[in-house]
Amino acid sequence: MSSAPAIAVRDLSFAYDGTLILEQVDLTVLAGEFVGLVGPNAGGKSTLLRLILGLLSPQRGQIHVFGESPRRAARHIGYVPQFPAFSRDFPIAVEQVVAMGRLGQGPWWGWTRRADRAAARRALAAVDAEGLAERRIGALSGGQLQRVLLARALVTEPRLLILDEPTANVDQRAEGDIFDLLAGLDPRPTILVVSHDIAFISAYVHRVACLNRTLTCHPTDALDGELVQHLYGARLRAVAHDLPGPCPGAHRHHT
Amino acid sequence: MNAFLDALIHYDFLQGALVAGLLASIGCGVVGTLVVVKRIAFMAGGIAHSVLGGMGAALYYGVDPLLGALLAAIVSALLIGGVRLAWAAQEDTLIGALWAIGMAVGILFIAKTPGYATDLVSLLFGNILLVPERALWFMGGLDVVLLVVVGLCYRQFVAVIFDEEFARLRGVPVSFFYLLLLCLVAVTVVLLIQVVGLILVIALLTLPAAIAGHYLHSLGAMMVAATLLGMVFTSGGLALSYGPDLPAGPTMILLAGAAYVLSALVARLLARHRAAQRARAGG
Repeated sequence: MSSAPAIAVRDLSFAYDGTLILEQVDLTVLAGEFVGLVGPNAGGKSTLLRLILGLLSPQRGQIHVFGESPRRAARHIGYVPQFPAFSRDFPIAVEQVVAMGRLGQGPWWGWTRRADRAAARRALAAVDAEGLAERRIGALSGGQLQRVLLARALVTEPRLLILDEPTANVDQRAEGDIFDLLAGLDPRPTILVVSHDIAFISAYVHRVACLNRTLTCHPTDALDGELVQHLYGARLRAVAHDLPGPCPGAHRHHT
Repeated sequence: MNAFLDALIHYDFLQGALVAGLLASIGCGVVGTLVVVKRIAFMAGGIAHSVLGGMGAALYYGVDPLLGALLAAIVSALLIGGVRLAWAAQEDTLIGALWAIGMAVGILFIAKTPGYATDLVSLLFGNILLVPERALWFMGGLDVVLLVVVGLCYRQFVAVIFDEEFARLRGVPVSFFYLLLLCLVAVTVVLLIQVVGLILVIALLTLPAAIAGHYLHSLGAMMVAATLLGMVFTSGGLALSYGPDLPAGPTMILLAGAAYVLSALVARLLARHRAAQRARAGG
C-alpha cells in the first residue's frame, strides 16, 4: 500500500457532451514528489484534477490514488480549488471554515469540537494566518483567502495535496509566499499543483506535466524560455514534445 | 394593548394562538436561517404552495389536513431536490410547475368537498385563532424533530450549505443532507401554515432570518436571533390585530415586512457610516 504511487493515471480519456477533453492521458506521481501541471486554458487541467479527486468518473482508463479508487482515497487528499465554491457573504468565521476539513474525523454528530478548533488553529498557524481565525470569510483579501483554503486542506492531514491555480488571484509576492510555504511544509505531502505560470513554478517543482488534451512530462531542467513561449505562444503546435524525460508512465506523442 | 393582555388572560383561543406563534417561530428561526443562507426561498415557496394539493385531498377523504399537508410538502421537497441532484439542472421550472399543480389539485379537491369555503380561506391565509389544541401538540412535536435533526447534524448541514464540493470530498453524504434539508423546510412550512397560511409562509420563513443576517455573522447566532424575531412578529402581530379586529396572519407579515425594510435601510446606513469612519481614520 505504501509503495503504491500517489497518483497512477493510465490510458485516461474523458469527454464532456461530445467534446474530448482528455485523450489517453498517462501520469504517475510518486509519493513525495512535487509536480506542476501546466497547459493552456481549456486544456483539461481542472478536469484531470476533478477525475483524480473522484468528483468525475472517466469514460475510459483507470485512476488510482495510493492504490485505491479516487473516491475511497478522497480522505487522504487535501484540495485547494481555484475558485471557492462558496459565496463570500456566507456568515461564517475563518476558524469554522478551516474546521470543516475535520469532517469525517471523530464522531459524526454534534457541533464543532474543541479538538477540531485546535486543529484549525494549528493549520492556520502553518500558513501564517493565525490572526485571521476570528475574521469573517468575506472580509479576507484574495491572498488571505488562498491561505485559509490551504489551511482547510492541510487540516485534513493529507498525504496528497492538490492545488488548482492557487495563485491565480494573488499578486506576485503572495504567489512566492504560497509556494515557499508549500515547499516548506513538514511533513511535506505529495503535491500536484496546477499553474499557468510555468516559469515561476519550475523553481519549486521536481517535474512539470504539460496538458493540452494529451499529456507530456518534462523534467524541470528541460524547461527554458523557448518551451514556455511555445506552450503559450501562437505556435503552440510546433512544440517538439517527444523529449526523453524521466517521466514514469508518460507516453510519447507527436503534435 | 391592555385590552389584548386582558383578553389573553381570559380567552383560551388567544392563548392557543400565542403558543402557535411561538412554536412556529422556532421552525422559522432555525430552518429559515438555512433557507436564507442557502438561497432557496423560491424552492420553499414551491413546497409551500404544493401543500394545498395534499390538504385538499386530505379534506376530501376525511383525513387530518395537517397530515395531508406534511405528506405533500415532503413529497414535493424530495421531487424538487431529486431533480436538482440527478440532472444538476436549474430546478426553477419544476418548482413553478409544482407550485401551480399543487394549488390546482388542492382547489379541485376542495371544490368537490362539501362545506369547503371557510376551509379554503383559512388554508390560504391561515387562521391562528382557530388552531386546535391537537395541532399545537403536533407543532411542538415537529419543532422537537427539527431541533434534534439540526442539532445532531449541524456540522454536516453547514458544510453542505457552505461548499457542497468540499463536503463531498470529506466524505459527507451530500445528497442525503441536501434532501434532508429540504424535508426540514417542508416540515417548517407545515408549521407556519397553521399560523399565517400557505400564501404567506415565505415571509415568515425568510424575513426574520434575513433581518438577523443584517447584523450577525454566525449561523448559530442568526438562528437564535431569527427565532426571537419570529416570536416578536407573531405575538406583536396578534396583539396589533386584536383591537381593530384585523386578520392576524397578514398583520404579522406586515409587521415583519416593515421591520425588514427598516432593518435593511439601517444596515445600509451603518455600513456606509463604518466605511466613512474608516476612510477618515485612514486619511
